[in-house]
Parts: sequence; structure tokens; C-alpha cells
Amino acid sequence: MKLESKVPEGPLEHKWESHKKNMKLVAPNNRRKYEVIFVGTGLAGGAGAASLAEMGYNVKAFCIQDSARRAHSIAAQGGINAAKNYPNDGDSIYRLFYDTIKGGDYRSREANVYRLAEVSNNIIDQAVAQGVPFAREYSGLLANRSFGGAQVSRTFYARGQTGQQLLLGAYQSMMRQVEEGNIEYFPRHEMLDVVIIDGVARGIITRDLVTGEIKRHEADAVVLASGGYGNVFYLSTNAKNSNVTAAWRAHRKGALFANPCFVQVHPTCIPVSGDYQSKLTLMSESLRNDGRVWVPRKKGDDRHPNDIPEEERYYYLEERYPSFGNLVPRDVASRNAKLVCDEGLGVGETGLAVYLDFRDAIKRDGEDTIRAKYGNLFDMYENIAGENPYKRPMRIFPAVHYTMGGLWVDYNLMTNIPGLFAAGEANFSDHGANRLGASALMQGLSDGYFVLPATIGNYLADVKPGTRYGTDHEAFDEAAKKAQDDIDKLLSIKGKRTIIDFHRSLGKIVWDKIGIQRSKEGLESAIKEIQALREEFWKDVYVPGEKNNYNKYLEFAFRVADFFELAELMAKDALDREESCGCHLREEYQTEEGEALRNDKEFSYVSAWEFKRVNGQLETELHKEPLEFEFVELKQRSYK
Amino acid sequence: MSKNFTVHLKYWRQNGPTAKGYFEERTLDTVNEHMSFLEMLDVLNEELQLEGKDPVEFDYDCREGICGSCNLVINGQAHGPKKGTACCQLHMRNYKHGDKITIEPPRAAAFPVIKDLVVDRSAFDRIIEAGGYVSVKTGSAQEANARPIEKETSDIAFDYATCIGCGACVAACPNASASLFTGAKIAHLSQLPQGQVEQSRRVVAMVDQMTEEGFGDCSNYGECEAVCPKEISISAIAEMRKDYVKAVFS
Repeated sequence: MKLESKVPEGPLEHKWESHKKNMKLVAPNNRRKYEVIFVGTGLAGGAGAASLAEMGYNVKAFCIQDSARRAHSIAAQGGINAAKNYPNDGDSIYRLFYDTIKGGDYRSREANVYRLAEVSNNIIDQAVAQGVPFAREYSGLLANRSFGGAQVSRTFYARGQTGQQLLLGAYQSMMRQVEEGNIEYFPRHEMLDVVIIDGVARGIITRDLVTGEIKRHEADAVVLASGGYGNVFYLSTNAKNSNVTAAWRAHRKGALFANPCFVQVHPTCIPVSGDYQSKLTLMSESLRNDGRVWVPRKKGDDRHPNDIPEEERYYYLEERYPSFGNLVPRDVASRNAKLVCDEGLGVGETGLAVYLDFRDAIKRDGEDTIRAKYGNLFDMYENIAGENPYKRPMRIFPAVHYTMGGLWVDYNLMTNIPGLFAAGEANFSDHGANRLGASALMQGLSDGYFVLPATIGNYLADVKPGTRYGTDHEAFDEAAKKAQDDIDKLLSIKGKRTIIDFHRSLGKIVWDKIGIQRSKEGLESAIKEIQALREEFWKDVYVPGEKNNYNKYLEFAFRVADFFELAELMAKDALDREESCGCHLREEYQTEEGEALRNDKEFSYVSAWEFKRVNGQLETELHKEPLEFEFVELKQRSYK
Repeated sequence: MSKNFTVHLKYWRQNGPTAKGYFEERTLDTVNEHMSFLEMLDVLNEELQLEGKDPVEFDYDCREGICGSCNLVINGQAHGPKKGTACCQLHMRNYKHGDKITIEPPRAAAFPVIKDLVVDRSAFDRIIEAGGYVSVKTGSAQEANARPIEKETSDIAFDYATCIGCGACVAACPNASASLFTGAKIAHLSQLPQGQVEQSRRVVAMVDQMTEEGFGDCSNYGECEAVCPKEISISAIAEMRKDYVKAVFS
């Protein structure tokens, strides 16, 4: 299989413009003859569904939540980047592009990233026009703040709820199209398969999560905007229902899965307190602007942190990275927190936490100033952890937060299956091996508002309007039968271990061995453990309830079944990548000082995996898309 | 390690929209102060499943108070006892050994039960669908800074825009009115210049839809404001009424 990225020719800054000029169009009177399906209604799916419906296409939008407004994009706190350069601090499209590609440790496609930076400004315009209440200065103009990995202030925000406000903007635009009759809307529906006829995506199979009914939907194009797969770790900052099922089922049908081992671990989350823990809560990374990270120098020092004198505190980030200190990028901060805990210096009941201390900032600026900056975060911490962070340092620990890997797509965001597109976190395209803060919202909305409306039209222009095979076509029969059979099988096992129990065990393997730090030995044993646990799952899982009723645990069961297969692919991918880059740290490939050591000569490629079968083990084939850097020079990152 | 304690639970069971509902009781003695309320229910469900019984269904997703999926009524209070807190962010340290806890779905004709504690809130979607937006097509926006908006105005708009659509306001209202939800969206958009063009059409369409869905009228009890996890001010309802009167009589 040859992977064609379809990146347009020409200078970097003209690629998207000239592509737009050359792409085919569908005439307005013909658009209503096409059906486009969106799976997922977060920033990418919601924005895309609204935009295509506005153009006149018939859109069907599906989400697993009870309303499109609840997609997990809603939980993004920090902000959204754009190259507006309102603060006049030297920002530009090129600089946003450069920071993003460098932040991703040179494992993303130049042209995609440049386009992202290019349309970033339109996103802000669009959101403001929708009534998104971004933070403003007293002048009445939009405010900006700085964020990790950048030397300019380019982040737009709406308090700590930027994702919510942007998502509601997209959701409202979508609901306007529902009212106009251009979108048929299916909340509480989960995609269980993609239907492929003659090698082309022609529809999907869904389960109505209220009645259990398996339904068939035909379309001319299918967009998967179903989010990331962080919940393979069981504990992550993802919403409980976030899952890989839609993407994985597409992968099983032939869509390549790219860079599955690139997973971002966020350094500042509230630590785990016990086995009952169901998810992890992120504390905005902005806290590291004023908080100092430390652990006691002495193992097992169980004194109250405030009683530990200065010379017995190990400010390990400040000591190891004097020029960036507590503001090193996410991957570096996470890795070092794990290292000190592995050395036995961790704090709290579990020993899996480090202190984030505001004592000095409060002494310097006063409690009121700190409260004004971080009040809501401090309250949230106190609510969850039961300790007052004004009086006692916070305990924090890294947690899985975002997955850079995803379905392989070309420049048009189309997978290797014609007619099947992937957008937002569900694709792999823009963040390389590490995503910078405030870039996820930008990518979701860029894909949805500006890229897909152009590229889907270009694709449909070659599809004869009104092509219909009918949902009684054998491809639909087969896919619907398989979806139902899988569910029946899960319900019939009636084993002794709960789904959550299995998921928790799987998560532990993935976290320990395919987490912050990976090694050949660990990955090989992870693969064996995953295979064994998967076999046990299919023999001994207990799935309660009925198939024809609302049944949340049945939903979890098939999602966990897919996570089992994905986990093995992640391990294989991490094993193949014999280098350290971005969030992927292989113990064998480090500098003498313990920093990530990239190998551009051999590993400057996108790993795109083709599914073959699962037969005790996952059988899969690796295809490589070489990454060529025409416009930037590859440099080793250094934050010393 | 913190010690476990015991609570006595009484929760609503209903096998479908038309089935007859009832309360089921169970004592749970593995509750830990660090658990969230929903994690306590997860533990209950694990226990039930290990005994071959059906778990209790309830809605949730983000578990950090922003998606608005969870909407339990706990001891008669929407989202439970902690002010400004969705029940996913309520922690068991707010309870003590031996407490009795009753858990119900939000009760409203416009929110029919789907199963157990899960209700159908699609009426909220239809209220937004009726007019809760600015009709701006993708690509037609002007430069974001072309129109300055006073910081105070923008902040007020944000306070209304923060609604998570959980429906606690409906659950708490003796009339099961959706006025705080509807008013919050109307007030958010009417603060801003972008929302003003369609203001009259919007308020009439949304209020009419709210009535059509079977929500009651507002008679100023103020319970909605008291339970709102985002502490949205009841002034949203005043804004809505003001706009409505203006739209209908001018």
C-alpha cells in the first residue's frame, strides 16, 4: 500500500490557497442530493456538521451523549491559539506553525500544520460572531495570555471554560441547522461499524442507546470526529464515555491507524486516591507559572510539608532545568514527576504525587493576588482533595490527557478509505509526538469549520449525485449482523469479573508499560499480558442487563473490548519506534543527561498500521509515510 | 489510609419510560471520604453486578462539573447539598457514617424517565433549536476586534453563558419551569451586539417552545438559582421577560 499524503505543490504559505483554488466544487442545487454523516459532535464534528449543513448538504449528526452540547470538547479549560498578533509581540502564522511543529518534535506534516496556523485567525472571528464571550481588556478588545511552549501571547480564553464556550457556539450553529431541516440529529446513538461498498465508505451502523435498536444509515461521505482514545488507560482526564470504538471499527474495516503510541500525559492532575477512582481531574497548567514543584530529599519523609526546611526540599525541575525551571513542556514535567516517585521520593498516602507549592508566590504577591489568578482552581482542588492549597502545597501527579495518534488521513483529512474522513482528536494529523497547550481546540475547529467544508466538496464532486445502494445491500446486512452478534456474545458470557475490573487491569498494564516511559522489555511483556487478559475478558466478563434497553455497562463492554485490541497496537507501535520523541520516551534512547534522543535518520516517518486480524494476537502490518521537512530545520529540543 | 464508612441508600428504579417505578434500598459499607458521589454509585453498581443484579443507571460523562450530564436529586435537592456544585463534584466527605441518602431522577413532565435515574432532556435541545443562536454562517464573520465590547458587558454575558444544561433548575422548581435555562441563553446573547439583531424573534420562539415542551411558568420561587451548579442569577429570567414584553408589545 502506498500512502499518498496529497500535499499540494508549491511554497508552504501558498499550498492551502492554491489547493482551495484547484479543488472541485459542488453546485448549490446539487448539494442537497448528497448525504454526509458526522459521528461525534464535539468541536470538529459539531463545527463540521453545522458548516456543511449551512452549505446545503444533507447532514446526519450522531453523538453518544444525550445532547450534542455534552461532547468532551466541553471540558477544555485553558484556551485556543491563534496567530492574530494582537499583543504586537512578534507572532505570525509562520511562528505559530513553527512552534507547533517543533512542539510536536518534528513528527507531523509541515503542510497540515501550516494550514492549521493559517486558518487559526478565522476561528476566532467565527467564534466572536457567534457570541462566544472571550475574555476582554478594558478597551473592549480581546485579551490574550501566554501558554506553555511559546514565547508569545497568542491564547484566547473564556475564563477556565474555553472549550465549553467554543463548543456551545458550534452546538448552537448545529441546532440552527436542525431547526432548518438540514441536519437530522441522533443523540444517544453509537456508531458500531462503517459500511464499505466497492472499497468506498457508504454509511454506518449505529446502536440506539435507549432502545438498543441496531440501525442502518446510508451516506455519500462519513466523517469520524469521535475524539481520542485516552481511556484505554482506564484512568485519564477524558470523560467517562470517551472511547475508541468508532475509530477502531473503521480501523478493523481497513482504515489505517497512525502513531498510536503518541499519548500526551499532562503533568498537573489531582492524584489517585483509591481503587474506586473513576477519572482524573486536570489542574490547568497555568499553575506552574507561580507554583514550585518539589519532593522531600529524604525517602519516606512523612513530616507535614510546611515543616520540611528549605534545604531538605528537592526542587527537581529548577535544579535539572535551570533555564525553564517549573515551566518545562508537559512531557518533560511529567517524566520527571514519575522519575522522582520511582526513586521513592513521592508524597501522600500512595507515594504517587509531588508537591506544587504556592507558599513563595503567596509570600511575594499576597494571597489575594493568587486567589484572583487561580481561585477557581484552588477551590476545585480543595473540593476534590479535601486540603486547602493556600495553606498546604497541592499534591499533583501526571495523567493521560490527549492522544496525538489517530486514524491516518491525507491532507484532505480523508483516510485511506475513499469517502471516510477523520477530524479533530480522532485523526493523527497535526500534533506530531506532542501537542502544545491550547492547540486542541484550534485543530478541532479548523478541521470542522474550514478544512472539511472544502475537502468534502472536492470529494463529492466526483461522486454521482443520488448514488444509492439501499440499506438492504448485503454490506449493510453483514455489518448490522456483526454488530448485533458482538453484543449478543458479550451478553452471553455471564462470567465472574466485572467490565470495570477488566478495564482497570488493562489500564494498569498500559500505564505501567506503555505510559510515560517505555522499554523494549516492558513493551514485550505488555503485549503478552494484554493478550492473556483479553482472552480472559472474552471468557469471564460479566455484562449485566438486556440488549434492548438502556444499558450503560453493555456500552462499556464493547468499548473495553476495542480498547484491548488498541492497547496491543500501541505497544507494537512503541516497540517499533526505536527512538525517543515528544511524549514517547524509550529508556534505551536517551542522552547521557537522561533527555529524549530523537533519531531523524531512521524514524522520521508516520507509522500507519493496517489491521489484519485478531487471532490470540493482533496481526497487523506497518506502512510508513516518510516525513519530509522542506521548510524547517530539525533541531534537538533543549530546555536546560 | 482514610477509613471506610457506611451509608444507607434509597434509589429510584424504573425499567423504562412506561414501567412502574419504585424505591430500592441498600446499605453500602465501603464508602470512603475521598470518593465522589458518583464513584460511590459505581461501587454500588460493582456490588450489584457481582451478585448478578442489574446496576442502577444514571447519566454522567465528564465528572468534572462541566458537561451537565449528571442531574441526580439527592435527599430532595438537585445535585445534593453543596452549593454551586454538580453532583459529580460532590464528595463523600460531605456525608458521615450512618447517613440515609435518597436518590431520585429530576421529576418533570418534560423530562420523562428513560431508565432508573436517567431522564430524557431533549426538550432543552429543542428550546435552543428554536432560537438559541446567532445566525452567522461559517466564513461570514468579520474581524474579531472590529467591534469592541465593554469588558463588563462581556463578563455579564459570560456569567449567563456558563449554563451547563443539566436541568437542576427544572428539578428544583415547584412548577418544573425551564425559565432559568431558557433565560440564561437569551440573556447571554442579548447582552452582546452580535445577539441583538435577532433578539425579538429569539425570545418569542424560545419561550413558546419552552411552553410547548410542557415546562411550567416561573412564579419567582428562586429555587432554580439556589441549586444551579454554575450559580446563574435569576436575573436571567427578568432579562427574558423584559425582552419578551418588548418583543410582543412593540
